[in-house]
Amino acid sequence: MSLLEEPIRELGRRLRDGEISALELTEEALTRIEQLDGKLGAFLRTTPESARAAAMAADQRLRQDPAGSPILCGIPVAYKDVLCTAGVETTAGSQILRGFVPPYSATVVDRLSALGVVPLGKLNCDEFAMGSSNENSAYQATVNPWDQERVAGGSSGGSAVAAAARLACVTLGSDTGGSVRLPASFSGVVGVKPTYGRVSRYGLIAFASSLDQVGPLAKTVEDAALVMTAIAGHDARDSTSVAAPVDGFLGDLRSGVRGLRLGIPREYLEVGLDAQVRAVFEESVRTLEALGATTQEITLPTTEYALSAYYVIAPAEVSSNLARMDGVRFGPGAPDATTLRQAYEEARHRGFGEEVRRRVTLGTYALSSGYYDAYYLQAQKVRTLVAQDFDRAFAEVDAIISPTAPTTAFRLGERTDDPLAMYATDILTLPANLAGISGISVPAGFAAGLPVGLQVLGPYLGEATCFRVAQSFEDAVGVWRHMPPLAVAAS
Amino acid sequence: MASSPWEVVIGLEVHAQLLTKSKMFCSCRAQYLGLPPNSNTCPVCLGLPGALPVINAEGVRLTLRTALALNCEIPEFTKFDRKNYFYPDLPKGYQISQYDLPLSRNGWLEFEVEGRKVRGGITRVHLEEDTGTLHHSGEIQSSTFSLVDLNRAGVPLMEIVGEPDLRTPAEARGYLVALRQLLTYIGVNDGNMEEGSLRCDANISLRPVGTEALGVKVEVKNMNSFRSVQRALEHELGRQREVLDEGGRLPQETRGWSELEQRTVSQRSKEEAQEYRYFPEPDLPPLLISRAHVDEIRADLPELPTARRARFQSQYGLPEEQALLLTGRPADSSYFEEVVARGVTPQLAANWQLGDLQGLCNGANLEVETCKISPVAFSDLLRMVQSQEATAKVAKEVLGRAFASGEEPAQLIHQEGLGQVSDAKEITVMVERALEQNRQAAADYKAGQDRALDRLVGAVMAMSKGRANAAMVNQLLRERLPRAGG
Repeated sequence: MSLLEEPIRELGRRLRDGEISALELTEEALTRIEQLDGKLGAFLRTTPESARAAAMAADQRLRQDPAGSPILCGIPVAYKDVLCTAGVETTAGSQILRGFVPPYSATVVDRLSALGVVPLGKLNCDEFAMGSSNENSAYQATVNPWDQERVAGGSSGGSAVAAAARLACVTLGSDTGGSVRLPASFSGVVGVKPTYGRVSRYGLIAFASSLDQVGPLAKTVEDAALVMTAIAGHDARDSTSVAAPVDGFLGDLRSGVRGLRLGIPREYLEVGLDAQVRAVFEESVRTLEALGATTQEITLPTTEYALSAYYVIAPAEVSSNLARMDGVRFGPGAPDATTLRQAYEEARHRGFGEEVRRRVTLGTYALSSGYYDAYYLQAQKVRTLVAQDFDRAFAEVDAIISPTAPTTAFRLGERTDDPLAMYATDILTLPANLAGISGISVPAGFAAGLPVGLQVLGPYLGEATCFRVAQSFEDAVGVWRHMPPLAVAAS
Repeated sequence: MASSPWEVVIGLEVHAQLLTKSKMFCSCRAQYLGLPPNSNTCPVCLGLPGALPVINAEGVRLTLRTALALNCEIPEFTKFDRKNYFYPDLPKGYQISQYDLPLSRNGWLEFEVEGRKVRGGITRVHLEEDTGTLHHSGEIQSSTFSLVDLNRAGVPLMEIVGEPDLRTPAEARGYLVALRQLLTYIGVNDGNMEEGSLRCDANISLRPVGTEALGVKVEVKNMNSFRSVQRALEHELGRQREVLDEGGRLPQETRGWSELEQRTVSQRSKEEAQEYRYFPEPDLPPLLISRAHVDEIRADLPELPTARRARFQSQYGLPEEQALLLTGRPADSSYFEEVVARGVTPQLAANWQLGDLQGLCNGANLEVETCKISPVAFSDLLRMVQSQEATAKVAKEVLGRAFASGEEPAQLIHQEGLGQVSDAKEITVMVERALEQNRQAAADYKAGQDRALDRLVGAVMAMSKGRANAAMVNQLLRERLPRAGG
């Protein structure tokens, strides 16, 4: 059995006891990446030298002060390529950032580095995190570890696959409309979408600033909670980060669900759910009831407008956030252009993929004078209504449960020609981003051999409740130990 | 001009860099002049992917300070917006600015033009960030490259939008002069138009006299002195009047003032006008301005120039011209008031500060607060003049030496025995001698030539090396030279 199959707590114990070294663990991770990633395409680049250096530093720290070393010391991690890493190329999956080496690291990266984690490299994603299948990366498609003819889910596909195939102990992704939870569901791992403002966005290459959150992907709920505890908390460099205490993620983890009220939104079961996904979800509901939770139907009436509002607000912010990619300082530029306008047009046409260009165009249109009120402002009103739906719901229930996605992983190429079908993949996840609340996707079972995720949504700053429900559920169903066949073969 | 059927309508938009220590949204220095290109930068002001802005509270405070000095209303809720456009000096592809909910609105500025009081409305004062600068080889059109320097990018920039209340280029100039004085007075801006820390754009249009609707406006840019503002507007109104008089139509456009050609040149028509796609800046939460904070800033405002000038006239009895000069800069006012507080009569203090001391300062390129004559030393000297312990002539001479050396002028008078001679006996001796040595002058005076007396006074003063009490000399001479019927 590979060391990377162990939960972080167990690895931490063995590292402290001197049974294994961080370097050993790191070498094993690097070997697994070499063995498996050719088929999966999770990593855009690995950083073996800095990984080994970090591992040796962690080993020294563990030797000097085993009891005082952080639990994450010596644990191999990897980052979605939208997170800036000082000295390591960061492309956000886009041609326009090819060769961009940030002089600084994201706050989340700094926080984990300070605890002694071992960074293995950068993970593939849809270009600028725009996509639900990982097919929008300018570099490679990451495929599903359970069926390599299927998508990994997006946009944090590389992060989900690396966690699922045990290429890293834990990874970081970003979730703007479901980009952590969806691939977590498709690849069979735990994925967290924190409350907006819970985790610093400093150094996260922006997709839609008012929706983006960084979150962990891991094989177990506790691993995810450990990483969340490390990365969450106020950051003076992000004015939208919240100064709320970070507690209870771990403390309440095993408090059980007895007496908790769980809401099941009627509208979430009316989105064309795959029959097998529905069956797995119904089984999950019975499991939670058996654990002592009560369930009730709730209503989130504006759900049907959420998708439309999201696809106005997110592109509007994209059109502005991506304006800095103008070919002047990043990317191949347009050396043959003779006018400034031509230089911009060529650099951006060459540098951006089709989906990014589509969203920049959509957003530019939505913000133009004459259309602003009809689109952007109207979408913001819908956003308020979506948030009010959740406020009303959380007055009645402690958490909301649903499938994470209407289907399991679909085939590569299946939705690439139909943007609207692709957008609908996020229908169950994106309302939480519009409302800024917390959520998690936890493996619930399988449908035709493909993983199905259970989504648990908590109120604003309600991560502790999400973790608690997810942990009870994980303990009961125990599917987390199931690994993709290809990963088993390598162990 | 009186017969012209057109009324001129002018409104100014003034951009002023704020005197904060750091930039508006990062901790780089706000003072960027003279630094090597792109050395005063960080991920935030370079607009690197992933970097986020953090509001500089001092920038907000200085903007509120300005808004209050301009009698503006301060709403409780304000926010930042993104103004989107592409240009190489704008690293993020948008400028963080304020659109529909600025920090302040509805104020006014009072100023004088040709002895007339004018009140110009202030639409709003808002806060934004400055851009970087571009450097070309020669003219932008012929240069084969543009170099981008982002040292200035992100420097706090306050925009003061004036109402279209100004009716002549002279009024526009008067408004700008008063505004610059106010900004420097309250310490928010250094007032340097040539280096661009204070910039002015003007909107100008003509309309038939007696009508309300505004004509087609032209925005004039690139004026970097008071004089160029007035000249550009004079030229522009002449150009517009010519077109309109001939029945022509003016396009709405932006024109640049060419200092070299002394005319405005078209830069951009309305059709090419930018679509800025403003929307709320999602990286910054809205700002709630508490009333307590506003009151605090209001209480901290100094007496403003107009009020101070009026007080200098009423409290010190100074003529308007002197009051105006003494209230131009806070340092001049406080210097004056310190001297007066130390027992010098206001008129004497004003005459000497604006005359001799200012003259010496001008010659040495100094200001009263930076020269070697402290208000204490200056008042000690002037009190000696006031009490006739020193003559004006001696005082002036000593002041000049002390200005250069830093010595105490009053002490120099004591040390060198330069005190005024008011002893009647001593002066009588000198008067007798002067009469003996200048018989012709004495005769001339007696014969009715008044000016002959000056020659005699001059002789006594020369004898005393300027120390004799001139009034006593005059009186003694007259007593000794009785005139018929005098």
